[in-house]
Amino acid sequence: MSTRSSRLAARGMVAPSVVLLLIWMVIPLSMTLYYSFRLYRLLSPDRTGWVGFNNYLWFFNAPEFWQALFNTLALVGGVLLVTVTLGVLIALLIDQPVKGQSFLRILVIAPFFVMPPVAASIWENLFMHPQNGLFAALARGFGMQPILFLEQYPMWSIIGIVSWEWLPFATLILLTALQSLSSEQLEAAEMDGAGAFARFRYIILPHLTRAITVVILIQTIFLLGIFGEIFTTTQGGPGSASTTLPYMIFKQAIAAKDIGRAAAGGIIAVILANIVAYFLMRGLGRNLDA
Amino acid sequence: MARAHSTRRKVVTTIAAWGVALTIFFPVLWMILTSFKTEASAVAMPPQFLSADWTLENYATVWARSDYPRFFWNSVVIAVGSTLLGLAVAIPAAWAMAFVPGRRTRDLLMWMLSTKMMPAVAVMIPLYLLFLRFGLLDTRIGLVLVLMLMNLPIIVWMLYTYFKEIPGEILEAARMDGASLWNEIVYVLTPMALPGIASTMLLNIILAWNEAFWTIVLTTTKAAPLSAFIASFSAPQGLFYAKLSAASAMAILPILIMGWFSQKQLVRGLTFGAVK
Repeated sequence: MSTRSSRLAARGMVAPSVVLLLIWMVIPLSMTLYYSFRLYRLLSPDRTGWVGFNNYLWFFNAPEFWQALFNTLALVGGVLLVTVTLGVLIALLIDQPVKGQSFLRILVIAPFFVMPPVAASIWENLFMHPQNGLFAALARGFGMQPILFLEQYPMWSIIGIVSWEWLPFATLILLTALQSLSSEQLEAAEMDGAGAFARFRYIILPHLTRAITVVILIQTIFLLGIFGEIFTTTQGGPGSASTTLPYMIFKQAIAAKDIGRAAAGGIIAVILANIVAYFLMRGLGRNLDA
Repeated sequence: MARAHSTRRKVVTTIAAWGVALTIFFPVLWMILTSFKTEASAVAMPPQFLSADWTLENYATVWARSDYPRFFWNSVVIAVGSTLLGLAVAIPAAWAMAFVPGRRTRDLLMWMLSTKMMPAVAVMIPLYLLFLRFGLLDTRIGLVLVLMLMNLPIIVWMLYTYFKEIPGEILEAARMDGASLWNEIVYVLTPMALPGIASTMLLNIILAWNEAFWTIVLTTTKAAPLSAFIASFSAPQGLFYAKLSAASAMAILPILIMGWFSQKQLVRGLTFGAVK
């Protein structure tokens, strides 16, 4: 079927996508690399020149950087832990023959469609606000002091908000995978006297491995870049308590207008993403081959 | 006895499932309820559920602001524009990869996927400078281009998995029956490809509408969509809770409705066909 002419036509059809993505990757990335070795501040544009690894050294010497690195990994790890664990439990629950199941699914999936600034703003103002939030009202109802969520526990709060946004995604994918599990297998196991836990451990969980892998891989890609939620709520504060790597780079570029340093941060972010991807593929890649 | 046991179990799981679902949905519900309250009622302590003063005024006030309809319209143009442009580029590519696969097709698809691994902050600086240089900062066309490129790998992948399912024999059968290339495209291929294209379009409009990095970095006022507007909206001392809620509700409702219709496709699209 694939004659030479049709193969040529096929190449022509694929070319625009490939060229566009190449431009999108190569040009900006090489510019970032170039700037990362330059002195370039928008506020004093006349002073330029090569500075070697100074921009990188600035990052490695900034205490804020190590905190941002830790916060970034804590955010990814925390949200993954919450969404995968709760996602499995909720998927198992919704998979039961329950009245109004399709409506239930609609309710559960809703947070995923809420844009990050709105999600962050709902939690910040309507729930976590120390004067007017629902949580403050609850605390007072029990005669306690309202908790200052975003001031005292900024990272925990942001992990909570982001987990709420991504829980539906994990649940939906795990539920889809659960529904392809044959009930005969489970019934056979039950007849053979396998208890609920044994069925979960030896039949359901192995069946879900692939879906869990996919959830972890895809969420990690998105979670490494979380930005809107932090911009809307804490702006990286108090101090730098909730600054992540993307947010730190954003501050260097937009607030400090130091292009060289921000570019070095961008390259560090690429290296971090590659390290994470490498370990993920090594640890999880074999689950995907099947 | 066994029956009574299973009925009781069913009741318990039903209650538990509904409890969990309502808890997850509650923040959205609470925001929608707040959007219909007066400002005083919205911040009343203890919180008011049924005793609140209900009003539609917040929606009218927000919509009558000089800028809100513009933010809304910017969101529509950017989400729909970037999606249509992306489809125009991706449909031929996905089509060719699905029907005339070469030795490198698989590698090419994996490479496209890997571009999604690149953190946005890594290309933010050059893009910002290029936009500054070419006057694209705070323009809708600039954002359309960026969001199109950002989502292009997802569009290609999703279309590819749909096109892959169209059996090649059908084409051969049509050809045997003497169908011309034109008839083949119009009467055989298009109807079979349309559902896949429609789902891809829906998912990408949702992703583009909710995007909240580039929209914040690359816009200030003129081209800012709803995501940038809400992100910079601050409510000092809770003075604008009800209006903020109304603005938020209007920002998410179109997408919430579209999303509910595209649940199934969502799984497939976001997992690049790995889970169906």
